[in-house]
Amino acid sequence: MDEAALLIAATLNAGTVLAFAALGLLINERAGIVNLGAEGLMLVAAVAGFATAVHTGSDWLGFAAGAGAGALLAALFGLLVIWLNTNQYASGLALSLFGTGFSAFAGIRYTQEKLSERPHFEIPILADLPVVGPAFFQQHPMVYLAIALTVGLGVFLYRSRAGLVLRAVGESPESAHALGYPVRRIRLAAVMAGGALCGVAGAYLSVIYTPLWVEGMVAGKGWIALALTTFATWRPARVLLGAYLFGGVTMLQFHLQGRGVELPSQFLTMLPYVATIVVLVLISRNATWIRVNMPASLGKPFHPG
Amino acid sequence: MLRLEPRPQPSALMSWASPLIALAITVAVGVALFLLLGKDPVRGLQVFFVEPLKNAYAWSELGVKAVPLILIALGLALCFRSNVWNIGAEGQFILGALAGGGVAMQAGADSSRLIVPVILLAGTLGGMLWAGLTALLRDRFNANEILVSLMLVYVADMLLSYLVYGPWRDPDGYNFPQTIRFAVPTAIPRLVDGLRVNAGVWLAAAAVALLWVYLARIYSGFQLQVGGLAPAAARYAGFSSRGSLWTALLVSGGMAGLAGALEAAGPLGQLTPHVPAGYGFAAIIVAFVGRLHPLGIVCSGLLMSQFYIGGELAQSRLGLPKSITGVFQGLLLFALLACDTLIHYRLRWRAKKAG
Repeated sequence: MDEAALLIAATLNAGTVLAFAALGLLINERAGIVNLGAEGLMLVAAVAGFATAVHTGSDWLGFAAGAGAGALLAALFGLLVIWLNTNQYASGLALSLFGTGFSAFAGIRYTQEKLSERPHFEIPILADLPVVGPAFFQQHPMVYLAIALTVGLGVFLYRSRAGLVLRAVGESPESAHALGYPVRRIRLAAVMAGGALCGVAGAYLSVIYTPLWVEGMVAGKGWIALALTTFATWRPARVLLGAYLFGGVTMLQFHLQGRGVELPSQFLTMLPYVATIVVLVLISRNATWIRVNMPASLGKPFHPG
Repeated sequence: MLRLEPRPQPSALMSWASPLIALAITVAVGVALFLLLGKDPVRGLQVFFVEPLKNAYAWSELGVKAVPLILIALGLALCFRSNVWNIGAEGQFILGALAGGGVAMQAGADSSRLIVPVILLAGTLGGMLWAGLTALLRDRFNANEILVSLMLVYVADMLLSYLVYGPWRDPDGYNFPQTIRFAVPTAIPRLVDGLRVNAGVWLAAAAVALLWVYLARIYSGFQLQVGGLAPAAARYAGFSSRGSLWTALLVSGGMAGLAGALEAAGPLGQLTPHVPAGYGFAAIIVAFVGRLHPLGIVCSGLLMSQFYIGGELAQSRLGLPKSITGVFQGLLLFALLACDTLIHYRLRWRAKKAG
């Protein structure tokens, strides 16, 4: 039973990284922008967050630095695709390639650094419950924050006027423009918010989850987060579930390794990537369903007037 | 204030000038970066732009890195022109190296030299297989090719790692994760004794010519480009978008696989976990900076190769991390995309409108 509790706890922890990133990308995509630069954003944010945490000793400043780095890079990407109408795929790739190089360059002197002992959190009373306690109530506050963010984002998108405008900008920027909404500025805000959340994900990864800086440490999580928004047909709650599912797959790999399963470790490491392909195939098979749920102007440039 | 104004027609001048402006911007940022890091910027520029060209040995090394970049980028250009986003060339490169390396391992010291074409063919098929998987999932199940091809990079990387740590490990290799060194007859013939540059140069040159002919003179190449530029027009004309998808992915996969086999049987001479050197990703930049045009790709491939060598020299001469190459590569693509705006728009000073 204890083992199950630990596995659940680890799953939630791993899922949180994906959840922050995928929720951020969801905001982008709801505004009609695909950001293939998520991987690069997360890497740069991971360095920024880790370095800040090392120098200041504060994890929370680390997260803030990650969010700031993410928002800044996303703003650069946003200026290119929103104002200069560059191809979104190519610009996102540029961001990913730049982020990979830049993070390796900037992070080189942090590869040997260690953070002070990682704090342990528990929620009073609940944490002492058998099984459930260690599984759900001894997590880092960010794990709960991810859940709160999911709820908040759901309310924002479907229950607020601002959310309606954001969705309108992603569905039909022409109509939103005709109604007098500043489409470009709204898109930029969405891109920056998404970048900030990807940044939080990267910083959580390097400051809490791993906690180390290793070159290329995001290891495809940015891309998996991109796939998650499709899996979830652009719904926040489903994004969170998907993130936990993939967190579970990641953890399963370590769990099986720990149990001495007779399978070379490389095949276990492949699991999350293969799972992404399999789920992508299962979900995408029904092209109509994807088309109905996808923001109608996703990836398309918008030229006002 | 500065405004963008649409041009009546795309500027031919700017489509030539934009990569050069982008390079100038990258160099300017580079100089700023060197100053910021307290390094002599003149020395920095020398390391990137003069030293990689200074003698025969340097030119040979330039060729060694430019060949895989150009081969892969040519295939990717075909993909991007047909609006197929294959970004998993790195994985196809690895599979090519695995397939080619697998054949090379069978050779002995007395094998015939004819094994070289077999190695290259195996590599090409390996890359095609990996890209074909992406094409199949896209075609049959509508799965996004960007994500599938990228995920397959990680899978290929793990496959390589499994083989060199496991069944293919050299029993006499002191437990290092590497295969045996391939027998002498498998080596790709070198152009000049003592220099590493090999016959891959001729293959790359042939590929440049073939792609140019295919894009400019062959009907199927035309169909493929129409499909990329105007899918509706292509459908109306009855061009098969499935055909284009498969062609683009199989050709680019094959090219990346060929590059992988050339690398394995050429400069490497064995398989190690370090086979993937990022050529598959850098080639995306090469393809775009080369305007998706075969001749442009030759220039940008050489430039990118120079960046690689410059990065290595910057490490040994200036004490900068090698990863500075990645920074400049990413910057170059960013700058290019921004400059490309000037093909369709021009900058105009205009007074701010009242109200």
